[in-house]
Amino acid sequence: MQDMAQAFGVALALAGSLDADLVEIVGLSLQVSITATLIACLFGFPLGAILATARFPGRGAVLVVVNALMGLPPVVVGLLVYLHLSRSGPLGFRGLLYTPTAMIIAQTILITPIVAALSRQVLEDLHHEYAEQFRSLSTPRWTAVNALLWDGRFALLTVALAGFGRAIAEVGAVMIVGGNIDHLTRVMTTAIALETSKGDLPLALALGMILLAIALAVNAAVMSLKLTAERHAYA
Amino acid sequence: MLDRAFDSYDASPVEDAIQPPFPLLAARGLCFEAGGARLIDEVDLRLDAFGATVVMGPNGAGKSLLLRLLHGLIAPCAGELLWRGKAMGEAARRRQAMVFQRPVLLRRSAADNIDFALKLHRRADRDRRDMLLQHVGLLEKARQPARLLSGGEQQRLALARALATEPELLFLDEPTASLDPASTQMIETLVLAAKRNGVKIVFVTHDLGQAKRLADKILFLPGGRVAEHAPAARFFDRPTSEAARGYLEGRIVL
Repeated sequence: MQDMAQAFGVALALAGSLDADLVEIVGLSLQVSITATLIACLFGFPLGAILATARFPGRGAVLVVVNALMGLPPVVVGLLVYLHLSRSGPLGFRGLLYTPTAMIIAQTILITPIVAALSRQVLEDLHHEYAEQFRSLSTPRWTAVNALLWDGRFALLTVALAGFGRAIAEVGAVMIVGGNIDHLTRVMTTAIALETSKGDLPLALALGMILLAIALAVNAAVMSLKLTAERHAYA
Repeated sequence: MLDRAFDSYDASPVEDAIQPPFPLLAARGLCFEAGGARLIDEVDLRLDAFGATVVMGPNGAGKSLLLRLLHGLIAPCAGELLWRGKAMGEAARRRQAMVFQRPVLLRRSAADNIDFALKLHRRADRDRRDMLLQHVGLLEKARQPARLLSGGEQQRLALARALATEPELLFLDEPTASLDPASTQMIETLVLAAKRNGVKIVFVTHDLGQAKRLADKILFLPGGRVAEHAPAARFFDRPTSEAARGYLEGRIVL
């Protein structure tokens, strides 16, 4: 118990001193996960909008698959991306394995189904409300989808946040395709795993605290944005 | 088109001399079924291009359903719709607008709600938008979020958005059902103004007073069938069907 209190103190000092290694690790984590979230939204929002508004044969099957993919185990994603990017894999010639790009690819694959499935739910509720009015106004399909995405923007922000939360917290995929290489592909989660196994609890704890602080800060920001939106009845 | 005009001319030359050859909107054998029940049953209907037709009938008679069928929001299981004598397509639908019982407003400002409709009909123009808002008394609330307006204001905004598309035919499905008397009166005034401007009105209501104030013709629809389609004065004075007599006297009609 005393060890933990001591570690906690050291961790606080470390986090407060903005240790260069620490800043580098946190920076890379944010860079990889924010990029992955943006790309996942680029694909996930339109996919969610199509699933929410279109009726086509096999839609039910697609929904089941997308919902099931929300629970993709990160290590499995990591393994699949590893197989594709490794020297003998189909994309091996690009030499992407053990780079931040590989980590972004893995996290994008991991969270795109989450973004698609959650935005489908959000947009389907909105579509249900708007559909008759859109039909009455002879709204072209593409205009309707754009209007849904715009009017659902605050709810979609929460969806993006859910994706980001999953990306920044996962360790399995980035460990496999990134390799946890110091100064190159080491992110917060892989560093925590490594430092814990080495017994360097203060650094692991400091990183854990920063991870929690980021989660809190992002959630608080989105919450305040949502409250503003609700005050203006835009959510 | 020409052949048909001659056909009807041959059939009743005198009538055709004073009436346009085709009604604005006609329904032939319109049916709608849901859950094995026939909710709209063989409705034949001719709506003239002018005046206000008020649709009345007890709850569950299929008034809202009929409006949605006529507007093309839902597909009938049988029957056809004719717009000026031709099968009603998307172009004809764009000449119609509808105001719903509960206004569905976009999560945007009042002005942006009007702009949305104007853009769809390629008439985006600030002056026109402001004129519409002025017309329904909402110009000073143009920048306010539409969904924070009062119920009456929201319905007036929905009406302005419907008018933004410059419809020839305006459907209103119990637009004043949940409004106070003052808001109801404003909506009625706006509807009468639209009628004067040559917009054909089809208005669903339960309110006999409102029907008397607005209607040129009454369409009485008990149980998914048209029982009467008659000039308003005649309908209220001498209803021909037992169902209509019972309805006007406040008896239960099934």
